[in-house]
Amino acid sequence: MIHAADFRDPTVARQLVQRIRDRVANAPRPLTLMEVCGTHTMAIHQHGIRSLLPENVRLVSGPGCPVCVTPIGYVDHAVALSRQTGTIIATFGDMMRVPGSSSSLLEEKARGGGDIRIVYSPLDAVALAQNNPQRQIVFLGVGFETTTPTVAGAILHASKQSLDNFSVLSAHKTMPAPMEALTADPELQVDGYICPAHVSAIIGADAYLPLAEKYQVACVVTGFEPLDILQGVEMLVRQVTAGEARVENQYRRFVTADGNRKARQIIDEVFEPCDAIWRGIGVIPGSGLRIRDTFAFFDAARRFDVAVEDAREPVGCRCGDILKGKLAPRDCPLFGTTCTPESPVGACMVSSEGTCAAEHKYGT
Amino acid sequence: MCLAVPMQVRKIEDEVAICEIDGVTREASLMMLDDVAVDDFVLIHAGFAIAKLDPAEAEATLQLFREVLDDGGEIA
Repeated sequence: MIHAADFRDPTVARQLVQRIRDRVANAPRPLTLMEVCGTHTMAIHQHGIRSLLPENVRLVSGPGCPVCVTPIGYVDHAVALSRQTGTIIATFGDMMRVPGSSSSLLEEKARGGGDIRIVYSPLDAVALAQNNPQRQIVFLGVGFETTTPTVAGAILHASKQSLDNFSVLSAHKTMPAPMEALTADPELQVDGYICPAHVSAIIGADAYLPLAEKYQVACVVTGFEPLDILQGVEMLVRQVTAGEARVENQYRRFVTADGNRKARQIIDEVFEPCDAIWRGIGVIPGSGLRIRDTFAFFDAARRFDVAVEDAREPVGCRCGDILKGKLAPRDCPLFGTTCTPESPVGACMVSSEGTCAAEHKYGT
Repeated sequence: MCLAVPMQVRKIEDEVAICEIDGVTREASLMMLDDVAVDDFVLIHAGFAIAKLDPAEAEATLQLFREVLDDGGEIA
């Protein structure tokens, strides 16, 4: 049996914090560690981990919230598709409130125009297609390697059943490409990465080897429980203070060196690499996934010709710098004033895993 | 978005596992995993089992935590 409580014991947490303190007590300069994944960002805030760490260990949030890095033009495209007669948009809940240039999916739904449904699994969207043969179901495919095989799996299901009313608007992205882009950015000095937990369950811990070797940056695959995170930080601090830059795996109970090969084969069958736009970062070559020609029939972007408005970024929003870890949420002039979880301007405030939403909810 | 929940497999029908944790039951596709058996713990994400728990590694991590407690936080 595994119990979440075993990974949350406050006595062990205190000891791990003490180890971290001892290790950095004589560090010549502050250490900057980046958590890449939005689920880590939430867990770090929820458990108050920043406040436990010594002042010279700085945790910054990275670009690992898929909703946050999805470009505004994608939301505009989804809105345009939702306005097509007979279309049902199926999406994970997080995408609903993301503001597009002039509307959001939530606004489209509230106006009574768009039929937009929140689903738990891409397979639910396939079931919607089966149950509504006269409607077109467009699933919004957003997410990293954890999620992409589930969307690929849904396309394979739909293909097997010859469903002609299911398609995906894909904005899937891959790790660790943006980590490499950030590490190469001279403005940002990252000493170590808290590498994503469940993305790594698919891509494997070895996926970070080139990053660690090329840029001499420490990488530790880390679980999402509080003791996982503290142990991950302790491993990173140990490496950095010893002048090492290796890949270590704290989350061995679910992540292997090679990851889930079968899941990657499912991705490969349906998707192929492409360049992708990361909101706030720009184009990163080879960091996206598009649906292969063989499955073009299931690609909503190719199947439906809709007019999409020109993308307009909100004025004053600093999501871009926040996603790169260059600014903290409170450095943004809109934070907590114009931009709040109830009325978000930028994606970092919209997504429940966004850095600004986490800071707004748990910040002091 | 990458949140996934560890659950225990209670039943397997074709390629679908009926999984349970703390009284909550969910169906999960086993399309991405081979060799899953009843009683295994799997990680569920968006209706799919994406990884299988390695009980020995889980125990090794817990053992490390116990050692951290035992040595009172001294650097090993």
